[in-house]
Formats: sequence, C-alpha cells, structure tokens
Amino acid sequence: MDRERQKRAPIYEALKAFEKKRVVPFDVPGHKRGRGNPELVQLLGEKCVSLDVNSMKPLDNLCHPVSVIKEAEELAAEAFGAAGAYLMVGGTTSAVQTMVLSVCRAGDKIILPRNVHKSVMNAMVLCGAVPVYVNPEVNQKLGISLGMEVEKVRQAIEDNPDAVAVFVNNPTYYGICSDIKTIVELAHARGMKVLADEAHGTHLYFGKNLPMHAMEAGADLAAVSMHKSGGSLTQSSLLLLNKGVNADYVRQIINLTQTTSASYLLLSSLDISRRNLALRGEESFKKVVEMAEYARGEINSIGGYYAYGKELVNGNSVFDYDVTKLSVYTRDIGLAGIEVYDLLRDEYDIQIEFGDISNILAYISIGDRIQDIERLVGALADIERLYKKDSTGLLSGEYISPKVVTSPQKAFYSDKVSVPVEKSAGKVCAEFVMCYPPGIPILAPGEMITDDIVQYIIYAKEKGCSMQGTEDPAVDRLQVLACPPGDIP
Amino acid sequence: MEFWFSELHTGNVKLSVRIEKQLFSGESEYQRIDVFDSEEFGRFVSLDGEIVFSEKDEFIYDEMVTHVPMAVHPCVKNVLIIGGGDGGVAKELLQYPTVETIDVVETDEMFVDVCRRFFPDVACALEDPRVKVYYDDGLRFLRNKKGRYDLIINDSTDPFGHTEGLFTREFYGSCYNALKEDGIMVYQHGSPFYDEDEAACRSMHRKAYRSFPISRVYQAHIPTCPSGYWLFGFASKKYHPIRDFKPKEWNARNLETWYYTTHLHMGAFMLPKYVEDLLEEEENKR
Repeated sequence: MDRERQKRAPIYEALKAFEKKRVVPFDVPGHKRGRGNPELVQLLGEKCVSLDVNSMKPLDNLCHPVSVIKEAEELAAEAFGAAGAYLMVGGTTSAVQTMVLSVCRAGDKIILPRNVHKSVMNAMVLCGAVPVYVNPEVNQKLGISLGMEVEKVRQAIEDNPDAVAVFVNNPTYYGICSDIKTIVELAHARGMKVLADEAHGTHLYFGKNLPMHAMEAGADLAAVSMHKSGGSLTQSSLLLLNKGVNADYVRQIINLTQTTSASYLLLSSLDISRRNLALRGEESFKKVVEMAEYARGEINSIGGYYAYGKELVNGNSVFDYDVTKLSVYTRDIGLAGIEVYDLLRDEYDIQIEFGDISNILAYISIGDRIQDIERLVGALADIERLYKKDSTGLLSGEYISPKVVTSPQKAFYSDKVSVPVEKSAGKVCAEFVMCYPPGIPILAPGEMITDDIVQYIIYAKEKGCSMQGTEDPAVDRLQVLACPPGDIP
Repeated sequence: MEFWFSELHTGNVKLSVRIEKQLFSGESEYQRIDVFDSEEFGRFVSLDGEIVFSEKDEFIYDEMVTHVPMAVHPCVKNVLIIGGGDGGVAKELLQYPTVETIDVVETDEMFVDVCRRFFPDVACALEDPRVKVYYDDGLRFLRNKKGRYDLIINDSTDPFGHTEGLFTREFYGSCYNALKEDGIMVYQHGSPFYDEDEAACRSMHRKAYRSFPISRVYQAHIPTCPSGYWLFGFASKKYHPIRDFKPKEWNARNLETWYYTTHLHMGAFMLPKYVEDLLEEEENKR
C-alpha cells in the first residue's frame, strides 16, 4: 500500500472544489443546497445539505464511474489489498446481494452456514438459488452458532459437486471465524467461488494480530461494512473483488438494483473513512482491542457474567476469534441477554448493539472512550446487584437444524395461507421470521416449521425480542405454503 | 484594556467576569484548565470554559456538602470525595475529629497540580496524613468497594463533560454499594432554573431516588453557577436529613462557618414550589 497515494481522497477533494465554484443548481436535489427546506438545514447543518448534490461530470457517477469515483474505488481496492472495490450505497445488504447474484443463477446450489444474515436469503429469493446448509456447531452453554467446520464443508462440497459457491461469515456477529483459507482452497479445487460476509470485519484489514481477512485468504468476493467498524456513514459499504472475478459483470449486477441517485454524503464518507483507515487504522484498532480486552477483564471480575474471548478458539468450529468484539453471556445472572439489553437502555441510558436469548453484544469502535467503557462495566455490575435472578427455566438459544423443503424463491412466490404461529408446526414456511438484530432468520421461506421453532418464537417474543420478517407485523400469524409438504413439486 | 471571561449559562445567557490576569492555561488528557485573577471573584479556575470554583464563593458549596451530612450522621469516620481535587471539601472535613480517613478520587492529575500551585491555602488539605489522593476514574474506583464509607461526597459538577459517568444510575448504584449500612451520599445536583439544566437535574433525582431509600434535595445560592441558584442531593440508606438532624450536637462542636448554620440547614430543604413539583414528578414516574 502506497501511503502517499492513500492520503488522497478524490471524492472529498472534488466536492471541496465544486463547493468553491458556487454553481447555481438547476438540477436535483430540489432542496437546492437546503434553501427550499430550512428545517432540514436546521437539523443537519448547512455544510451537510450543501454537499447533498447530484451526479455530474466533475463529481462522476456511481453507476458508471470514470473519474473521481473510479479513483476512490481504486484507492479502496489498494487499501484493502483487493483487485477491485465498489463503493456501495445500499448498505452491506446490497453488497451481500450482489455477491450472491453475481455467482448464482436460478437453480444453482450455494453452500452456506445457516446463521447468515437475511440479506443472503433475500438474494436467493430474488435469483432462485438453492441453499445447501452446513449445520454449524453450537456452543451449548452460550447458545451461539460457531463457525463452519472444515470437514463439514468438505463433505458438503463432495455431496454437491454441482454447487457454484461457498458462503462464509468472516467473522460472525459474535466474532467467531472459520478457517476461511482452507475453505477457499477446498472450494477453488472444485471450481466453486467463495463469498465472504465481512459485515463485521472491516477492521481485519487494518488491525494487527486479528483474524485473517477474506482477500488474504483468497476469497473471490467480500462484503465489508465500512459503516460498522470503518467509521463511515450508516448505509455506506464496500464490495471487494479478488483476481479472476469479472469486475464488469459484477458492476452490471450492482446496477440491477442500485439507485441512480447515489448520495455524495455516503460516497464522501467512504472516501474519507478509507483514507483514515489506511493512514491510522492500525493504531486505532490497537486501541479498540485494548478497550475490548480491558472491558472483558473488568466484566468477568464482576462475577455472574461471562465476557468471552480467545479462549473459545478450538482450531475448528472456532478457528479464530475477533477480540474487538465484546459479547457477554448473561444467563448465569438469571436474565436473558435481551432483558439486560433493555435494562441498559431504559435504566442506564446505555444503548448496546443487541441482546439475544443468552448474550449481549456491545459494539466497541474507534469512537469509544475509556470513560464510556467504565459506564458500561459499572452498569453491568449494578444490574447484577439489583436484578440478579434464579437462572433455572431460562431457555437457551439452541440451534435448530433447518429442514429445507423447497427453494426460498419457490416458497416465497407460492400460494400461501396464514395460520396462527402456535398452529403452524408441520407446515412449510413461506416467509422469514427473525429477531432483529442480529437479523439471522429463525425461519426462511421453504423451511419446515417444527414444534421447537414454534416454542422458540413464542419465547423470544415473550422476552421482548424485536421480531420481524413476517407479513403480520405482530408476528402472531405465519404465512405457510397452501399445499401440504408432500405435494410440493 | 478590557479583558473579560465569559461563560455561556445557556445558548442565550452568559456570565462575564472582568479579568485582571490569566495565570495558567493548559490542556490535560481530559479537559482544558484555566486560572484567572479577577477583581470581583478573586482567583478562579475554569474547566472547558466553565467556572468550577472561585475564591469568593467556594466556601458556600464546600460548607454545604460537608456540614449538612455531618450534622445528620452521628459518627463519620471514613469519607470518600469524588472529584475533590481542589482540596476544599477535604479541608472542611478535617475540622471533625471523628474523621479518620478521607479518600479523594480525581481523574485529572493536572487539575490537582494546578490547584496545588495556585490555591495552596486550600489544596494544603490534600497533604494531611488523613487524606489520600487517588488518580482514577470515579466509577472504576468504586466498582469493587463494598460497605466501606460512612459518607461519599460527589464534588463533580458537570453532568456533560468527562465526569458524565458520575451522574448515572450505575454511579449511584456503586455508591450505594460502597456505603456502610447507615451511609450518606451527597452530590452536586445542578441548577433547576434553565431548561437544559432542568432536564439534567430531573434525571439526577430520578436515578438517586430509585437507588436510595431516602433521597432529598437542598439548595444554596452560588453566584458563579448558572442562574446563581444551585441544588445538592442528599441520598441516604438510613438517616433523614431533617428527622435525624442533630443541631445541638453540631453546635457543640463550635466550628467556624460563613454560610452554614443549623437554622439554614432546615431552610435549605424548604424548596420553591416549582422545584418541589419537578422533583415530585420524577418520583412519581414509572
């Protein structure tokens, strides 16, 4: 990486130059540098609205970059050690969907762990790909899905030689990494592509002593959430490409669904964040690691909580662990993760990333300060003191093996009927059900609904998880296939 | 030459003090620290542009956070002062022979150094053998302390700066834990007058009220504070500030004060209607 070149930020520079020209706008956006919407200016500031401009020659066009956006993408590729990079404005969701749509056509098989983000399954609904799930091992105590074991991936590849791609979370929301390098070797040996969801892995490209990133492992495509650990604005993201990927075809796929009015606020935030990461990332993530490790030590010394770290590494289902993550197991104090999550917000004015059935996850980033960590630790200590309960009777977030009856696309577009959740066991689900965050589906279209799943959904609702994905906003009813499972073609 | 120090009390109101001389300006890891000499308030310190104490009115809050709990608790031996880096509160406490140890926890070492250098008459209290200064985050210092103190005084004034953590529910909870069974906590409760201060004031009372069985608020007039009107919180596990008040015993000590008297003690808890109302509203929430 050329540090001198990385000091540049072409989109940012072009915006600065454009601002100085004081061009009279007879184009969109219609707020015309905010003059037409004073209340918006008051909320966002003059600077911000004046940068909300349209694509034009001096500022390039995201749909077909030839100048400053192209340069920014090249700089991003260089910074991330990739052959190519695309700036994305539809969230990492759009990057993940592009990965799947770029390698799968209708009926193609894709090998993936079940604990993927819903965007992967949405892409399968769109393109008609068929999932082949590798059931991840589950840590019984923590109730979280771990990484994909190499042996199970090898088996899946052998059983499905016609599969076109293998999909890997690198890392999972909780920080668990699979042996992505070996998985790439296995897949490439059979001519399959490897897609990596690095929504939670931007920092792997810049920090020292962190798990291996997808480009280094040789994965073909990677979706990187710059707006998570990278510091850019919400909804901005990056799609990385390795050598041997047809970059122009990927651009076409992006343009199938991407807006033609990309926001320059998002684009410039990607540009500036990339520069910041390239120049100062290593140092920043060193601090993040120190803060996370400090918090882990302090939380573990409270008693009752378990803030897990590198000790989970077992060389297989937990090949590596991302120590910037701060996940805490809470069931031993008699509270579900989601209950601690709610207490932190309602009673202590602390908003954390999410709480599930057994864990909470606090997101530590380059924006944190040690005094805020002290608050989080202090609040957890206080919760332990005031709200600790007997932990018997708490359900653990067990992994329920999915039974795929038909492809997500077929199920989604079939004739459906609506049934109450508690009467849905034995039917085939036609929609998604998930807690958000983390957004990993409990049910995806085309999967068999079982008693265990029904019980889990009811329990998660009771505990206050925010459920979504269903047509019924209250998640009291589920859409299921009209024809019985036996008759599905 | 006219040389003025101005502090915004709200976006639309400011307090300006004519300055004779600036004596110090420095940036610590946590805040900007300035020391000035002025005609009206004498020497004063500002942190991030806000006056934290002046020679002229410092006695008021030092006395109010010390003598009020000391006239209620029958025998205070171990005291913790959080953010008392100037030594003013410790100095008041040292007048009591029952006090055996005073732990002072201050995050910012530079602040203590500045106080020692420019306010030696007050900061000298920190050199007393009964006083021990710890440079640490208040929340962190408290976390593992259990049943250790008779009295905790939170001398930090700013709920928005780097001491934000000392105005949170986790802080009150940690204090509760660190106090003995009949312990008292006294804290700076801010000013209830301007809108933005009122919100902080409400939230403090709500948190303390839920953390302690007894939680009352008392008042004082402090000219350099926003609106000149300031509140303190009295949170306690056992003693009520009025019902358990021991004026005779306190007067028998014959301490010299300039603001506090046992009559004022009673009056300080008699709050204006609008303050009573906003506190009650917070108590009834939930």
